[in-house]
Amino acid sequence: MTADGPTPADAAAPSGAAPSAGRRPGRVANGFGRYLCKHVAGAAVSLLLVLFSSFFIFRLIAGDPIDQLTKERPVSPEERAALRAELGLDRPMWEQFWDYIIGTLTMDLGDSFQYRRPIFDLIVERLPATILLSGTGMVLAVLLGFWIGTRTGWRQGSRYDRGHVAAGLLLYSAPTFWLGMIVILVFARYLGIFPVNGMRSPSTPPQFWPQALDIAHHLVLPVLTYTAVVYAGYLMIMRSSILDEIGSDYLTTARAKGLRDDQVRDRHAVPNALLPTVTLVFLAIGGIVNGSIVTEAVFSWPGLGSLFVQAVFYPDRPVLQALFVLFSASTILAVLAAEILYWFIDPRIRKS
Amino acid sequence: MTLLEFRDVHVTYTGSRGRIPAVRGVDLTVEAGTTLGIAGESGCGKSTLAMAVLRLLPKTAEVTGEILLDGEDLLAMGWGRLRAVRWTGASIVFQGAMHSLNAVQRIGRQVAEPMLVHDKGLSAAAAAKRAEGLLERVGLPASRARSYPHELSGGQRQRVMIAMALACDPDLIIADEATTALDVMVQAQVLQLISGLVSERGVGLVMISHDLSVLSSVCDTAAVMYAGRVVEQGPAREVFAQARHPYSAALGAAFPVIGDPASRRNPGGLAGDPPDPARLPEGCSFRPRCAVAVERCGEAAPELLHIGGARSSACFVAQEGEPVVIG
Amino acid sequence: MTASTPTPAPAASAARRRLARARRRQSLARSWAAYRAQRTGMIGLVLLGAIVVLAIAAPVLVDESALSVTQATGGRMEPPSAAFPLGTDEVGRSVLALTLWGSRISLLIGLTATVVAVVIGTAVGVTSGHVGGWYGWVALRVSDWFMVLPSLVVAIALLAVLGRSMATTIIVIALVSWSGTTRLVRAQTLTVQSRPYLERARALGAGHWHQMTKHILPNVLPLVLASATLLVPSAILMESSLAWLGLGDPNVVSWGSILNRASDNGAVSAHAWWYLLPPGLAILLVVLAFMMCGRALEAVFNPRLRGESA
Ligand SMILES: Nc1ncnc2c1ncn2[C@@H]1O[C@H](COP(=O)(O)OP(=O)(O)O)[C@@H](O)[C@H]1O
Ligand SMILES: [Mg+2]
Repeated sequence: MTADGPTPADAAAPSGAAPSAGRRPGRVANGFGRYLCKHVAGAAVSLLLVLFSSFFIFRLIAGDPIDQLTKERPVSPEERAALRAELGLDRPMWEQFWDYIIGTLTMDLGDSFQYRRPIFDLIVERLPATILLSGTGMVLAVLLGFWIGTRTGWRQGSRYDRGHVAAGLLLYSAPTFWLGMIVILVFARYLGIFPVNGMRSPSTPPQFWPQALDIAHHLVLPVLTYTAVVYAGYLMIMRSSILDEIGSDYLTTARAKGLRDDQVRDRHAVPNALLPTVTLVFLAIGGIVNGSIVTEAVFSWPGLGSLFVQAVFYPDRPVLQALFVLFSASTILAVLAAEILYWFIDPRIRKS
Repeated sequence: MTLLEFRDVHVTYTGSRGRIPAVRGVDLTVEAGTTLGIAGESGCGKSTLAMAVLRLLPKTAEVTGEILLDGEDLLAMGWGRLRAVRWTGASIVFQGAMHSLNAVQRIGRQVAEPMLVHDKGLSAAAAAKRAEGLLERVGLPASRARSYPHELSGGQRQRVMIAMALACDPDLIIADEATTALDVMVQAQVLQLISGLVSERGVGLVMISHDLSVLSSVCDTAAVMYAGRVVEQGPAREVFAQARHPYSAALGAAFPVIGDPASRRNPGGLAGDPPDPARLPEGCSFRPRCAVAVERCGEAAPELLHIGGARSSACFVAQEGEPVVIG
Repeated sequence: MTASTPTPAPAASAARRRLARARRRQSLARSWAAYRAQRTGMIGLVLLGAIVVLAIAAPVLVDESALSVTQATGGRMEPPSAAFPLGTDEVGRSVLALTLWGSRISLLIGLTATVVAVVIGTAVGVTSGHVGGWYGWVALRVSDWFMVLPSLVVAIALLAVLGRSMATTIIVIALVSWSGTTRLVRAQTLTVQSRPYLERARALGAGHWHQMTKHILPNVLPLVLASATLLVPSAILMESSLAWLGLGDPNVVSWGSILNRASDNGAVSAHAWWYLLPPGLAILLVVLAFMMCGRALEAVFNPRLRGESA
């Protein structure tokens, strides 16, 4: 695990609701409006804070971008001044900040130093690769983690439980990049059954199916690495959530009705246990971004993560800044989405 | 015809505090279409006995003896047969309706679920229709089927539990403190509903409560439990009117009678707490709290014996024909 | 504000202190017994002890000159042999020596960053929970904000502008890890706050400082200890990721920087498994050991989890 993945300690179940005498539709719409406003406002403040801190970090701490931009060639003072004027660096700080905010909000992110192209185009070009890798990896990790977590929690203390918790903990402890290197060593170098890195081979015919197969072939090892490291977090979340439900009265009711053990688990325990995990899954988006940066770097996957790492070493400050904002904003928006989703899936919070 | 019969049922929990004998040799019968009330303070093993019927106790509980439902021993059944009997042979109205209902599933689905489980030929639509009918039968509008449990009041939730218990037309319904959490008015309504349904459908009912006034209005026969044993048994009216065990007498005095405000203001007291089942006193387990105890009571535990008519008592004093109430 | 509790007579106060100390010793013994009952926790502790001993003894076991590029005695990426039990790196240094010495930096950075993060987190948590109001609200929002941000992105961005050194690495890791502790401590502070003895202390005129240090802090510390033990492994993993990406201090050897050199010099394509396995397994073992200890501690101190560990 690269860093702060989800841990079961974060699990906070919503408190049970007191009885209320029915609900009126008008009041509910109103309630949702207020709920939505509150969380959208919170997210907006967080986003502003991101913009502000990125400006602070990259403009104020980072030093003069002209030095970075012209590091390979000698420049005359006149040239410097011209460049400064061109980039707007000669204007007052607050004006630059204002321009920066407006630029970011209108998707005008400036040009990359390294590629000499609009950053927006770069991002659009590389976004699909990142979404393909982390999307596949996350879906697999969530499914696998929840599947196993449900069963380990349901059979707490069994051999199955202890074995899976130990295996999950072991993989969780492995650094992502190292696991990736080992996976490459074994499956690509020794066994030679998967490509070493990248997303496609140059020799593949340009038709759709050969291309898709080639990408899938390249995708296997990165997704394997990514899933292996991340799924244990979801396993532990789901396990502790199930443990919180075990012994609940409604499960006894379900058993009394004549349901089989697996029906009791899947129809009753799991839906209740899933609720508190929804927010945690979205909160773990930060960990997803972390994992995808490292995985893309190990496998030279042509996505945003490897672009970010390249930008550090070029150094390509505008790209760094744009990706910093993009990554941070996406986690904030994911959390907002989780909060909105929660309204619809947990009938209990609607009445508060 | 005998519907339910307990034969020397013992339940022992094994926990961090050692072995806890929660039920210690209970023999009871319920005739088809009649109502048995089980009374006793909290902790005397009523719920444990109720849960033992459908084998719903946790793994830490060890159950011995026989529990016959329609002549078939539930404790010796295979799991498949047991699942088939659950809810069709006997159903339960659980103690806390708030927690016994699934908070994230709509009412209608929860009521319809057992029908679909036990009748493979039933369509989901038909089951939903029947669930709505049941909700109407217990006095809720059919539209409530689309509500979630938290959207109902306590009394409404208890009605849902009753509708759910009726879903598979069981021969026996066990109501465990079904009205305890409700306020007095609602309590009376729900009791009326239960007794109405029971007489209308001819099902057997086991009604569990720590409140004698609840039982006296509904039950044919009554059993009083103390520390895991039945200490007195007989026709409900007689047991509550004229107790033949000092514990039943104290219990009867401790609770107000519905519709009698005087009894509410002036509850007769029962000093002390029920014994810790892990450390029961020698002899009769009620002796430390008993006002009429004699020397024999400390030497041996009294058996539940016939004391004339249809009545039995597990009290040496009562068995000798002496009164169990002082004054 | 400062402490302003009425001071009792010296003799009585000394007796009370002795009593308090005895009680503390007793509860410590009880916690230790609860910890010892957990097998994984004990395995983790032994593992951790062994690793720490090796890290401390590294200078005795292997001379520092083994890290020098110019004094390297082996050939380029030699497989394990009698002279080099774990083979050599691309300039002929012993991988065993590198891994041994690397443990010092990895542990040092992981532990220091955790201490800094926990101190910040506890201070903000206790004050925001105790003082509340405007300040408490802002502190909560800010820590929530840090909690949501992708930590590696923030760390990389900061290191890119601050420059690479041990100090910046520690600061940056601490900065992205303090918020979890704040949350935990704040919640615990609010619980302690509502207990009767604190109300009594307030009624007796105890100042904020006295309340926080004498009443709240001792109550939140056990939980902080458990969560800090779980913070160390993520700090170590974060350090190794940063160092592997090439953002570590170029003048020191840590497990992450060994693996950074390994991938830069084609150890994977050279099939030099001896170069890759030791530092990686070392990270895995340390992280695992801390996780095992942390989970056991959590089970001891967090009553909600206590049932689970049995
Ligand atoms: N799961 C359990 N594990 C251990 N002891 C239990 C458990 N459930 C109940 N008991 C004990 O068994 C006794 C009877 O409990 P119960 O049947 O719930 O009583 P009642 O329903 O009459 O209040 C009590 O002393 C209780 O502490
Ligand atoms: Mg009960």
